Amino acid sequence: MFSNASNFVHGVDKAFLIIFGISLFFLILLTTIMIVFVVKYNKKRHPKAVQIKDSSLLEFTWTAIPMILVLFMFYVGWEGFLPMRQAPADALNVKVIGRMWKWTFEYPGKKQSDTLVLPINKAARMELFSKDVIHGFFIPTFRVKEDVVPGKKNYTWFIPGELGDFDLLCSAYCGLSHSYMSAVVRIVPEDVFTKWLAKLPVSKVDENNEGYKLVEKNGCFSCHSIDGAKLVGPTFKDMYGSSIDVMTNGTRHKITVDDEYIKNSILDPNKDVVDGYAPGIMKSYTGLIKDKDIPKISEYFKTLKAK
Amino acid sequence: MSNEVNKIEYVSYLEHQGRFKGLKSWIFATDHKRIALLYMYAIAAFFFIGALLGLLMRFELIAPGETIMKAQTYNGLFTVHGVIMIFMVVIPGLSAVFGNFFLPILIGAKDVAFPRLNLFSWWIFVFGSVLAVASQFLKSGPPDTGWTFYAPYSTTTGTSVIIATTAAFILGFSSILTGLNFLVTVHQMRAPGMKFFNMPLFPWAIYATAWIQLLATPIVGITLLMLIAERLFGIGFFDPNLGGDPVLFQHLFWIYSHPAVYIMILPAMGVITEIVPTFCQRKVYGYKAIALSSLAIAGVGFLVWGHHMYTSGMSENARWFFSLLTFIVAVPSAIKVFNWISTMYKGSIDLKPPFLFALAFIFLFIIGGTTGLILGSVATNIQVHDTSFIVAHFHYIIFGGMGFAFFAAIHYWLPKMYGRLYNFRRANIACIIMFIGFNTLYFPQFVIGIQGMPRRYFDYLPQFQTGHMISTIGGVILIFGLFYMLINLIKGARKGPKAPANPWNGSTLEWQIPSPPSLENFDEPFEVKANPYDYK
Repeated sequence: MFSNASNFVHGVDKAFLIIFGISLFFLILLTTIMIVFVVKYNKKRHPKAVQIKDSSLLEFTWTAIPMILVLFMFYVGWEGFLPMRQAPADALNVKVIGRMWKWTFEYPGKKQSDTLVLPINKAARMELFSKDVIHGFFIPTFRVKEDVVPGKKNYTWFIPGELGDFDLLCSAYCGLSHSYMSAVVRIVPEDVFTKWLAKLPVSKVDENNEGYKLVEKNGCFSCHSIDGAKLVGPTFKDMYGSSIDVMTNGTRHKITVDDEYIKNSILDPNKDVVDGYAPGIMKSYTGLIKDKDIPKISEYFKTLKAK
Repeated sequence: MSNEVNKIEYVSYLEHQGRFKGLKSWIFATDHKRIALLYMYAIAAFFFIGALLGLLMRFELIAPGETIMKAQTYNGLFTVHGVIMIFMVVIPGLSAVFGNFFLPILIGAKDVAFPRLNLFSWWIFVFGSVLAVASQFLKSGPPDTGWTFYAPYSTTTGTSVIIATTAAFILGFSSILTGLNFLVTVHQMRAPGMKFFNMPLFPWAIYATAWIQLLATPIVGITLLMLIAERLFGIGFFDPNLGGDPVLFQHLFWIYSHPAVYIMILPAMGVITEIVPTFCQRKVYGYKAIALSSLAIAGVGFLVWGHHMYTSGMSENARWFFSLLTFIVAVPSAIKVFNWISTMYKGSIDLKPPFLFALAFIFLFIIGGTTGLILGSVATNIQVHDTSFIVAHFHYIIFGGMGFAFFAAIHYWLPKMYGRLYNFRRANIACIIMFIGFNTLYFPQFVIGIQGMPRRYFDYLPQFQTGHMISTIGGVILIFGLFYMLINLIKGARKGPKAPANPWNGSTLEWQIPSPPSLENFDEPFEVKANPYDYK
């Protein structure tokens, strides 16, 4: 009767059904009584009201019964939830990195992917990291949700039980493209997973590069990719030293990306906007990125040129 | 001296000639009844603005992809809609309008304890509201954080967050001062001989609410100041880059904002508790249980804030603790529903508009309350938290509950407030249109929420489209009903037939004085009755 998409579906949906059942019973019961009273004791049929004395027994009954029911419902909810906090020790660890507005999944050995590929029937533990604001790791079909909070080591886990593609959504509001921050969860047989993981390239990011750290810390990757993908802003890949078309006060002209242009684009980003991108999106980083740090960023961009 | 010298000639508060004339006699009025109307006009205006913004959001969501606006506009819209509706409409709402007007009358007082403070509270409210509206038009753009202002997004976004939070901070002061005023009024201004348990239940509800306003609002005030300090001076309360804790913000925010839900709903329950007995011609069933359950809800309501944060990474112990208390707070609310329905038993029911609205309230409140159980249960919360399910749930409680109670109250008390009657048939039609529109608007959101439609989404996956489309149609019906009701009420208040002192054959104190009341409410002395529902 319950789907087997993950090991939590049963507990959660059972709690749903029980609470819905009790709620629906009371909604129908109380509404029916209300309608019956309104019809039966209508002024026309029942011109004189009868005053009824308060009954302690009745009041005790209708306090006690709901109290027992709510405690029962609480228990069912707790029972369904408890396993969500008991990840087995041998679970496959995946580091989930949330940033505005993209999910990245890092497998053991620093292998990164944009799709969350997992083997069926094997426990997977998600360690949730945020690079900027709070995001929400939400896979509706799996009944899995946990906030991805910067500075906190939140986690969630599950055992996928069905092959196929599932939606992963961001549930915690995170700004402009919140509703586009989604990814695919792909559940595959274990041998397919092993082959896929073996082919997955190791992330080449040099995390000790000073410029990289600055770009990362200021959230530039939210809008600028390093793999050539066109996001909100132009990609950093092969950008340094290239000649590009920019719009300045409505006129188009060519400019070469050098240290000077990079500095201007950080401090006064809306002056020379790369053709094809909207002005007014990027704010000035004056005061946020120090002038002396800007050359480090230029140095980092040089490493992104095709060799 | 002869008796004739002592006899005061009746002049209604609407016609009373004080120090000022014209508009000034209103905006500088210290009469609790005029201040109540001032609040009502302001709140009604904001409500209709908020509702139209909501309708714009519904049109954007009628189909996937960009429909009528950009994502940034949409994000600003739901923030503004939330800020207006929460801080400027439902939190002051019933308590500032009907609490102001009827609390003093129902306890036999001629005004609130501090009339000038009361006027000052209104001015603060107007000032805060103007600031909130202004934040929408500044160069940096409307705030785009949602009304919850969650850090660290709110501490880093470039939009006018400081102005919006300052506005909420100022509006909080209006709420604190109103609460303080009502508390002192209930303690000090009751008619000689009237004890607490001789008060009707609406004053009880306002009293419980006032405690929450006084005790909880300062917390959100401080929290918003901390947010402003973090933005302006880089003090790291919440942003982990500055050494802060984003979850701390959520705790502080919900310590206020959950009790704030009870600031909205307790007066609503109080209104329904007055209306049901009147139209059933019965004394309310379980007077003491209702009075004390108001205090119980206010008290336990302080201890359940964590149920907004089950997925934030709180400890397991905190999660079960908050879930347990959340379930327990459902019981006093259930008791009230049982009491209302028992009051109908063997009554002589007159299905006039206020009672029809009260019935609609009870039905919507049961749905809102029981879906709250789904959210209070930890397992199911994981699925529906931050989805449109919760959007539907709180609209059932706040709009279906507090909103419909407000409509019930205005239809109940308008004859007393303006001394005129509205058209009953049109009022009933409006109620039915709104009831249908409301359920069409919000019920589909429960369904798509369970299926995983997240809230605050500008765009969505195609499988949710049917639900969104039905919802938008409901929104159109609802807004039509709202305007239909508004026009009927305005016509009634201005040109309706004159209302008698007691149009509903009610048995509480307000129906014993003329419609509309005179400046000091009680020109003739009255005898305090032990049972507050014995004034016939």
